[in-house]
Amino acid sequence: MTWEYAPAPESRAIANLKPSYRMFVDGEFVEGKGEPLKSVNPATEEVLAEVSTASQADVDHAVKVARRAYDKVWGRMPGTERAKYIFRIARMIAERARELAVLESLDNGKPIKESRDTDVPTAAAHFFYHAGWADKLGYAGLGPDPRPLGVAGQVIPWNFPLLMAAWKIAPALACGNTVVLKPAETTPLTALVLAEIIQQAELPPGVVNILPGAGDVGAQLVNHPGIDKVAFTGSTEVGKIIQGSLAGTGKKLTLELGGKAANVVFDDAPLDQAVEGIVNGIFFNQGHVCCAGSRLLVQESIAEELLDKLRKRVSTLRVGDPLDKNTDVGAINSRAQLDKIHELVAAGEQEGAHRWTSACPLPDKGFFFAPTVFADVTQSMRIAQEEIFGPVLSVLTFRTPDEAVAKANNTPYGLSAGVWTEKGSRILWMANRLRAGVVWANTFNRFDPTAPFGGYQESGFGREGGRTGLEAYLDV
Amino acid sequence: MPMSATTVHEFSGATRDEASLRRFLQGLPGVDAVGVEQRSAGLATRSIKKDSKLWAIDTAIAMVDLTTLEGADTPGKVRSLCAKARNPAPGTPKVAAVCVYPDMVATAVEKLDGTGVNIASVATAFPSGRSSLKVKLTDTELAVEAGATEIDMVIDRGAFLTGRYGQVFDEIRTIKAACGDAHLKVILETGELATYDNVRRASWLALLAGGDFIKTSTGKVSPAATLPVTNVMLQAVHDWHAATGQLRGVKPAGGIRTTKDAIRHLVAVHEVAGPEWLTPALFRFGASSLLNDLLMQRQTQLSGHYSGPDYVTVD
Repeated sequence: MTWEYAPAPESRAIANLKPSYRMFVDGEFVEGKGEPLKSVNPATEEVLAEVSTASQADVDHAVKVARRAYDKVWGRMPGTERAKYIFRIARMIAERARELAVLESLDNGKPIKESRDTDVPTAAAHFFYHAGWADKLGYAGLGPDPRPLGVAGQVIPWNFPLLMAAWKIAPALACGNTVVLKPAETTPLTALVLAEIIQQAELPPGVVNILPGAGDVGAQLVNHPGIDKVAFTGSTEVGKIIQGSLAGTGKKLTLELGGKAANVVFDDAPLDQAVEGIVNGIFFNQGHVCCAGSRLLVQESIAEELLDKLRKRVSTLRVGDPLDKNTDVGAINSRAQLDKIHELVAAGEQEGAHRWTSACPLPDKGFFFAPTVFADVTQSMRIAQEEIFGPVLSVLTFRTPDEAVAKANNTPYGLSAGVWTEKGSRILWMANRLRAGVVWANTFNRFDPTAPFGGYQESGFGREGGRTGLEAYLDV
Repeated sequence: MPMSATTVHEFSGATRDEASLRRFLQGLPGVDAVGVEQRSAGLATRSIKKDSKLWAIDTAIAMVDLTTLEGADTPGKVRSLCAKARNPAPGTPKVAAVCVYPDMVATAVEKLDGTGVNIASVATAFPSGRSSLKVKLTDTELAVEAGATEIDMVIDRGAFLTGRYGQVFDEIRTIKAACGDAHLKVILETGELATYDNVRRASWLALLAGGDFIKTSTGKVSPAATLPVTNVMLQAVHDWHAATGQLRGVKPAGGIRTTKDAIRHLVAVHEVAGPEWLTPALFRFGASSLLNDLLMQRQTQLSGHYSGPDYVTVD
């Protein structure tokens, strides 16, 4: 007996897709002088829209208007007034949630259930949360009257396009800064709809400016002398370049970079829920998550049982059309990313790890990769060391808690970690020893605007979210 | 506790004596409440449309144990329920069973003999189970003699909660023996067990003791069937099958009133236990008002519009 779920696609008309999008500067949508880029639907490889990009002159202009808006309006506006604008933006995101979710899935390839249930609601939540801080900064433990920094230059990645824009813009505005933000080259669309919302919310012109473009625009922005603060989320490679170029300039910098998180499962773990957590940890958003639980460290005594359960569960993941409400794993964001995943998977096979890939059917076109689990992985293999940023899990084993800590920490990264055990004391013992910005206990990939997020070592520095996150946008 | 020949070999050590049974049940992996509720909520977002919805509705109708368990039950009420069970509406499958108190079994047999609809009877001092083993056994024998083909027994929750697992085990074994050819469903009354860990332990206990089905609730205690509880029980029968090769069933009962709820349960059956459980032989709904909602939604699927409760029979 087979029960096939009939296709249940969300209508793409809801996205209100336009043939072309323009950059947002000084409260207006304007044509950029850069070479326009084409944003592609990774699930079908069709061009969705043409997007204008910024030239050096556009960057200069955007920074200039952001400075003017800071000096004349936003920097001196009382927090109670700033809060009203930010609350308004939050409400308007919630009102247009469905449109934003469908557009995000079209542009990024993530399944609609994730854009609908995670990305967009969490983006709205960040604006709501930070709106509440705007008039209470004196009570954040950062001094009686902490001052804003000025103009923030922000560069965000393609894995959570709208959510990352919210993470960056909301705290900056709450603290009284103005913003010039560059969305990722492959996923600029939802940030430009957010610009529409910002315009309709009647935020004073110049307070938020959004400049699409490739890495060169990002470089011009972060190196611009008119910027006081740089916030970057993306690869460790680019993060290092930015840190180097900013050295000695006096600009404040926060970096949120790569990761190779360990998800540590002890033999007394709630096994079925650990399986869910492992699946959520690595297959959420196709594994395009900097804090993904890409290394599973499982106690040897239960490794076989856990892997059996895991493979069976992964076989039930439905890979395909991101707009189908029953899709669990969507499209890989770009051809380049798919190639990188293929390269690392080939390296894993060649180095002797044991590959298992779900037999799920894949669509004929578009960029897709079936969920894959590597067993018998050792620390020295590339798939245990390098960030794959795809739906590929590396499984290692350990014998004792000390060995688990040693292996979990044996990485240049340190963004997140997971601990699975029913023993509360062990959770605390582990959390004290794991070098990771976030340690989840008996869960994974939970995000909340009240919880600070950030890394150790090559995963970056600075925190986003929570009271701690305000510090990055205040002169303290 | 004597080891019986029917105890599955892999677990014969677990049921050797009270201490072994306790060690086995308490050694089962825990259930994380947050995790199982999150998974259940995730499965509940599946969108079942068109042909797959119609298939689910017909499958759910065929899985209904149409139930009346009231002090006010009369032969007339039971007869009208039996008529509905045989032919819920034109073109639909029959329901799986009619579920009544033991004294109503004879009435149900008159109306259902030879129709293929099973006659289920609650027994063992349902719903509280607060009586002697002797009374419970007699209760069961009465129902079986009157012609019940399925027995829905309750476990002694008091014994379970005080940790006397052996007593619960023995009682299920004794009732199972008294059932003869009748199928035994073991009601855990999960609303009184309270924790998911207890639900998992009680599920395994009932499976070890030879229950053909594990059933959530009597319908007399709130909360009755919830998606996370059904999820834990589906996982148990799945794991049991993986360990022993035997297929055992699950029956959520109480609180499932809408087609939407029923379909959410079927999605859990499909994705947690596996597609082979999508049959009335291995999954049932204990319900009374659910059937009419299924019939209304079936009409809606076929005709394209919703007609309302005046277009299905109230029995």
